[in-house]
Amino acid sequence: MSQDLLTGTTLRQRARNGVADEHVRSALRSVTDRLADMRVDAQESLTNWEELRDAARAMRGHIVARLPEILDRLASNVEASGGTVFWAADAAEATAYIAGVARDRGVKRVVKSKSMVTEEIHLNDVLQADGIEVVETDLGEWIIQLAQQMPSHILAPAIHMTRGDVADLFNRVADGDLSDVPEELCAFAREQLRNRFLTADLGISGCNFGVAETGSTILVTNEGNGRMVTTLPPVHIAVMGMERVVETWEQLDLMMNLLPRAASGQDISVYVSQVTGARRVGELDGPEQFHLVILDNGRSDLLGSEYQEMLNCIRCGACLNVCPVYRQMGGHGYGWVYSGPMGAVLTPLLNRQPEAAELSSASTLCSACYDACPVKIPLQDLLLGLRRDRADEAGRAERATWDAWAAAWSRPGAYRTSVRMAGAMGRILPAGLFPTGWTAGREVPRRPDGGSFRRRFAKGDI
Amino acid sequence: MSQRVALFPTCVVDTVAPQVGEAVVRVLRRLGHEVVVPKNATCCAQPAWNAGFAQQAATVARTTLDALEAEDAQTICVPAGSCATMMRVFWPELFELVGDHDAKRRAERLRDRVREFSEFVAEQADDIAGTHAVTVAYHHSCHMLRELRITTAPKDLLARLDGCDAPDFPGDDRCCGFGGLFAIKQPELSVAMADDKIAAISSVGADEIVGCDQSCLMHLEGRLRSRGQTTPVRHLAEVLDEAMTP
Repeated sequence: MSQDLLTGTTLRQRARNGVADEHVRSALRSVTDRLADMRVDAQESLTNWEELRDAARAMRGHIVARLPEILDRLASNVEASGGTVFWAADAAEATAYIAGVARDRGVKRVVKSKSMVTEEIHLNDVLQADGIEVVETDLGEWIIQLAQQMPSHILAPAIHMTRGDVADLFNRVADGDLSDVPEELCAFAREQLRNRFLTADLGISGCNFGVAETGSTILVTNEGNGRMVTTLPPVHIAVMGMERVVETWEQLDLMMNLLPRAASGQDISVYVSQVTGARRVGELDGPEQFHLVILDNGRSDLLGSEYQEMLNCIRCGACLNVCPVYRQMGGHGYGWVYSGPMGAVLTPLLNRQPEAAELSSASTLCSACYDACPVKIPLQDLLLGLRRDRADEAGRAERATWDAWAAAWSRPGAYRTSVRMAGAMGRILPAGLFPTGWTAGREVPRRPDGGSFRRRFAKGDI
Repeated sequence: MSQRVALFPTCVVDTVAPQVGEAVVRVLRRLGHEVVVPKNATCCAQPAWNAGFAQQAATVARTTLDALEAEDAQTICVPAGSCATMMRVFWPELFELVGDHDAKRRAERLRDRVREFSEFVAEQADDIAGTHAVTVAYHHSCHMLRELRITTAPKDLLARLDGCDAPDFPGDDRCCGFGGLFAIKQPELSVAMADDKIAAISSVGADEIVGCDQSCLMHLEGRLRSRGQTTPVRHLAEVLDEAMTP
C-alpha cells in the first residue's frame, strides 16, 4: 500500500522532515548534480539545443491545442491494429477497467514497468485489493514498492536511497544476503524479477508517447524490463495520460532528441520500444491482447486555461534536478507522485485535496526549472498563477494584511512613517506578517544608525 | 556621458541597508552623474505580486511608477536585480492583469530607462579603477540572471579592481533560498538553501560574499552570523565605492 503523504499535513511540516534528513539530502545533492551535469553536457554536444527547445515548445503547443482530434486518430489506429482503447475520465474509471480486464482473464500476477500515471491513480492498491500480486519491475520502482514508499523522483523513484539502504531493504524484505555492491544488488533483483516476468498473466506499462498516425505507444527505458512487460505476458495494458501524444513519427523524432538528453544526459536511452497492437496472425510473440487506457483525471480541465502549457510536459525530470527546493526537501515533501517544480504545478491542478493548493509556495520562483525544461514550460509563471488563484480564496485576515500594506505603501508619507516606526525587519513586511520565521536560524539585520537612506539623502548627509 | 540619474533605492536598501544606497550615490557621482532620489517612490511591489495579491501589488506599483515617471532623468538606477526585474518584466504583466492599460503603457515606456546598478555602471567600466585584493564569491541572483540575463557585468566590474579574484564556484547560479516571503514561510528550507550556498562558497576559499541583490545578501549574512561566521557580505556598490575612494 503506497502512503498518502498529503492528507492532514502542511508543506512546512513535510519540508521540515525533508530538511532534517541529512542522509537523504546528501544523496539528492550528488545524484541531482550528476544528472544535471550530464544534461548540460548532452545539450552542449548539440549545436542547436535552444532551437530544438523552441521547436518543441511550439510543437507541443500545437498538439495540445488539437488534442481531442489527435487522440481520436490515435484511438482509431490502435483499434485498427487489433488493440482496445478505454477512455478513463478519472482514476476510478481507469482502475475499474484494468481490474475488470484482470478479472476476465483470471489474472493472479501482474508485472509493471515504471509508470507515474499508474502511481497517480493508485492502481497497485486496487489490484492488490482483488488479491492480485503486483510486481514493479523497474529497479527503482521495485525498491520503493518493497519499502512501501512513494516515488521521490519521477525518473529515479528511489533517488533518496543509497546503495546501503537498498542492501538493507533487500536483506530485510526480500530474503537477500547481500553486500552493498551495486552489481550484487542488481543481480539479485534480476534473479528475483526474472521468474515473475515469465509467470505473469498481465503486463502493465506506462507510455512516454502515443504516436497517433500508426496507433503506436512508445516506451523509453534503460533496464529492458519494459520490453519484457510488454511482450511476455499474454495481456498488455498501457496507461497514458491523455496529453502524452504526438501526431507523427517525425514529431516523435524531435521528442526523442530532447527526452533522453534532458532526463539523463543520454543521446538515446538504452531501449526505445514501440508497441503497435497485439500479436498478429503468424507472429510468434507479443501479447494476445493489447489495451490502451487514455486517462483524463483532470487534464482536460486545463485545456483552454492559463495552465494549458503544463500539458506540454514530457516528464523528463530535468526541472527536479536543478530545483534548489527539491534539492533540500526531497520528493516526498511534495506529498504526491509528482515532485519538483513540475509537481508543484501539476499537483494543485490534478489533485483536488485541499492540501495540494499550498504547493505553489514550494518555490522561490528562481526560474532554474524554466532554463532546464526541454519544452520551455514557464513553470515560474504557472506557479505565480496558482498563487493568485489561492489568493482569491484567501481568508479575510490575509487579505486585510495586504490591503493595509497596499494602503500604506501607496502613500509616500505613510510609507516613510512606517519605515521610521517599525523594527528593522518589520519595516519591509506588511504588518501581520511578522517575521518569526526569519529568526529561525538567521540574525535580524541591525537597525541602521542615522535612519533610512532617504532620510540621510534628504538631509544632505551623502 | 554624464547624466541625471534617478536612484530608486528599493525598500530593502532604504530601510535596512542605507549604506548600500550611499555607496551607489558615491559611485554614480564619481562617474560624473547627477543623482536624484525620487521622493515619492516606495516599493516595486514584488512581495504582494509574488504572494498572488495582484490588486494590492498594482496599487503600490502605480505609486512608484508615477513617482519615477515624473522624474526628469534619463536612467532609473536600481541597486537590486530582483526589483529591476519586477519593474521591467512584471510591471507590464501586472497592470495588464488588473486591467490598467494606461499604467501598462506607461510601464512599458519606462522599461528602457530602468537599469540594474551593475548593468548601468558596466557601460562605463573603463572609468572603474581601484584596488580590492580579496577573493570574492560573487552570488548570481536569480531574477537578475534568468529574467534580465545580466550574466557578466558584475564580474567584469570586479575584474577592473586590482587584486580582486572572483572565481566561479559550484552552484554559484543556484538560488540562495531568500525568495521573498518564502524565507519567512518556509524557514527550514530557506536556511538549508543558505547553508548549501555557504558550503559552496567556503569550498573556493572566498574571503567575502558579493552580490547585487541586498535581499539575498541580508539572508546570507543573517545565516552566517547566526552560525557564528564573520565572512563579510557586501553589495557590489560598496566594494566599488571603497575601491574607488582615493
